[in-house]
Amino acid sequence: MRSLQDSLAGAPTMPLKTGRAPGERRAAPLVFLILLWLSLAVAVIFLITLIVNIVLEGGSRFGLPLFTEYPSSSPDRAGARPAILGSMWVIGTTAVLTIPLGVAAAVHLEEFADRKHWFNRVIELNVQNLAAVPSIVYGLLALAFLTLVGVRDKNIVIGGALALSLLILPVIIIATREAIRAVPAEIRDGSLALGATKWQTTWRQVLPASVPGIATGSILALSRALGEAAPLLLLGALVFVSFDPNGLLSGFTTLPIQIFNWTGRPQEGFHELAAAASLLLLGLLLVMNGLAIFIRNRYQKRW
Amino acid sequence: MLANTTASVTEVPRTASTGGSTTPSGHPPRSMFAGRARPGEAVIKLALRLAAAVAMLTTIGIVIALLVPAIGFFREVPVFDFLFGDRWAPRFADASFGVIPLVTATLWTTAIALVVAVPLGLGAAILLSEYARPGLRKVLKPILELLAGVPTVVYGLFALQFIQATVFREWLRLDTGAFSVLAAGLVMGIMIIPTVASISEDAMSAVPMALRQGSFALGANRMQTSLRVVFPAALSGIMAAIVLGISRAVGETMIVAIAAGNQARIVSGPLEQGQTMTGFIANAALGDSRVGSLEYDTLYAVGLLLFAITLIVNFISIRLVRRFRQAY
Repeated sequence: MRSLQDSLAGAPTMPLKTGRAPGERRAAPLVFLILLWLSLAVAVIFLITLIVNIVLEGGSRFGLPLFTEYPSSSPDRAGARPAILGSMWVIGTTAVLTIPLGVAAAVHLEEFADRKHWFNRVIELNVQNLAAVPSIVYGLLALAFLTLVGVRDKNIVIGGALALSLLILPVIIIATREAIRAVPAEIRDGSLALGATKWQTTWRQVLPASVPGIATGSILALSRALGEAAPLLLLGALVFVSFDPNGLLSGFTTLPIQIFNWTGRPQEGFHELAAAASLLLLGLLLVMNGLAIFIRNRYQKRW
Repeated sequence: MLANTTASVTEVPRTASTGGSTTPSGHPPRSMFAGRARPGEAVIKLALRLAAAVAMLTTIGIVIALLVPAIGFFREVPVFDFLFGDRWAPRFADASFGVIPLVTATLWTTAIALVVAVPLGLGAAILLSEYARPGLRKVLKPILELLAGVPTVVYGLFALQFIQATVFREWLRLDTGAFSVLAAGLVMGIMIIPTVASISEDAMSAVPMALRQGSFALGANRMQTSLRVVFPAALSGIMAAIVLGISRAVGETMIVAIAAGNQARIVSGPLEQGQTMTGFIANAALGDSRVGSLEYDTLYAVGLLLFAITLIVNFISIRLVRRFRQAY
């Protein structure tokens, strides 16, 4: 009896999921497994082809002039300087507008809201829905809003930032909620037991603990905004901008819009420029994504 | 649920003012929460609530912003002519506002995207959820998610210049022009693979291990277990993933604006060019349409149709997700 138990306890406990069931090596399961790998491989090969294609096409034009020159009607002299600066202005403004708002909304929904109240339930459903609204609809909204306010020239930094903020607000809210939810209830209970109020608990315990998650989510959301072109198109960002944007009311163009512009030109030189600018955009996004993953792996606490 | 209970705990002792430390020994403190009234916190709570309300305001804003110009549009163009007319020529002298050509182009690109994204996305999801060990999964998932991070303009550029110009026309010598719904749809399909894969993978991972173990115990191999036990159990989540993929495909703008074409004609084959709903909005935005003009209102009428379609699709998706969350 005892020996049986001992031998059971000593037996290597392999999770059944990874164990090989009989019949695993017959033809059908093998073909199935190959198909599964193929489906992933197609996606990866596609990604590699895309990157290689862009590097081949735009590599020769990827250099200092891309960063320092203004757009021009001659592809040999054109650069993306205003677009790069415009992207920085718009994304910076978007971050300032949307991160505090998104975090506050998420804190309300997770920590303070009474889930059974209709108002909060409607907001929850709303956030889920907004996350899947096509980006171009946010452009229509921003266009209508700016018209309502009475702005004549709608292609301004604050207008673009408004459209992008509304676009990524649900993404930031959802990411922050998940980060807050990952903080165990014991931390809150401990803080409350020591006499802290609900808000003190949230501000001094819950929020600091969820900063890595919030940062990761925010960076990913901003990287989405950085690559987005459709809503800005509606504000008329596809104009010939040959000056550096210098304020919230300044006209602007962004990197994706500049790429779109160059793609539509007939000359081959502009297509190379579009590829070079795509390379820059991809690089920026890769850095942002890498940073987000680094923060997640390095700073996120496992409770 | 947890946050709910803690919240109600704090509401109760607001009135108590005896601090735990000042209570004479022998008497248990009446409240764990010593404290004076804090008017500042009420302000903070209000501010938080307002921030959450912005999400509501956005939706209300979208509805109003779309409806008002759209109503202006439908005063001039009957709804029936808009929805069922088969000629879209808003800028011509004899203007015609039948949205069917735009809808057919959207249907083509969406259908092609789904044909690509559903099998590949589900294959990747089964691999990640049922086959890959945690280490492998940690490597494969970020790579897959990179696909979702590529900007759509870059996809558009790739679809136009590589897929359409080089692969279709130079290599395969297909009978097609500068644009095609096939090139746009294919690339869009690749773009939504991560959406389909990650949500279906969540759904499959949520299937309890006991179901798999039961299946293995009956002698099934991993293929049989994946296809006949895990897949059906996760079906509503998988459907939600597909539905969300549909809404992404319908709403995608830049790929179709660049690669699908810009002439609004009824699309009858995948190698034809065609202008989708989003493609029209993007293209019309390039022209200078004055506020209040019929052209400007047309943008919003098409936008409203687009919003309505994605809203319906999203609600279906949320419903389906709820069902699979409740199952176990």
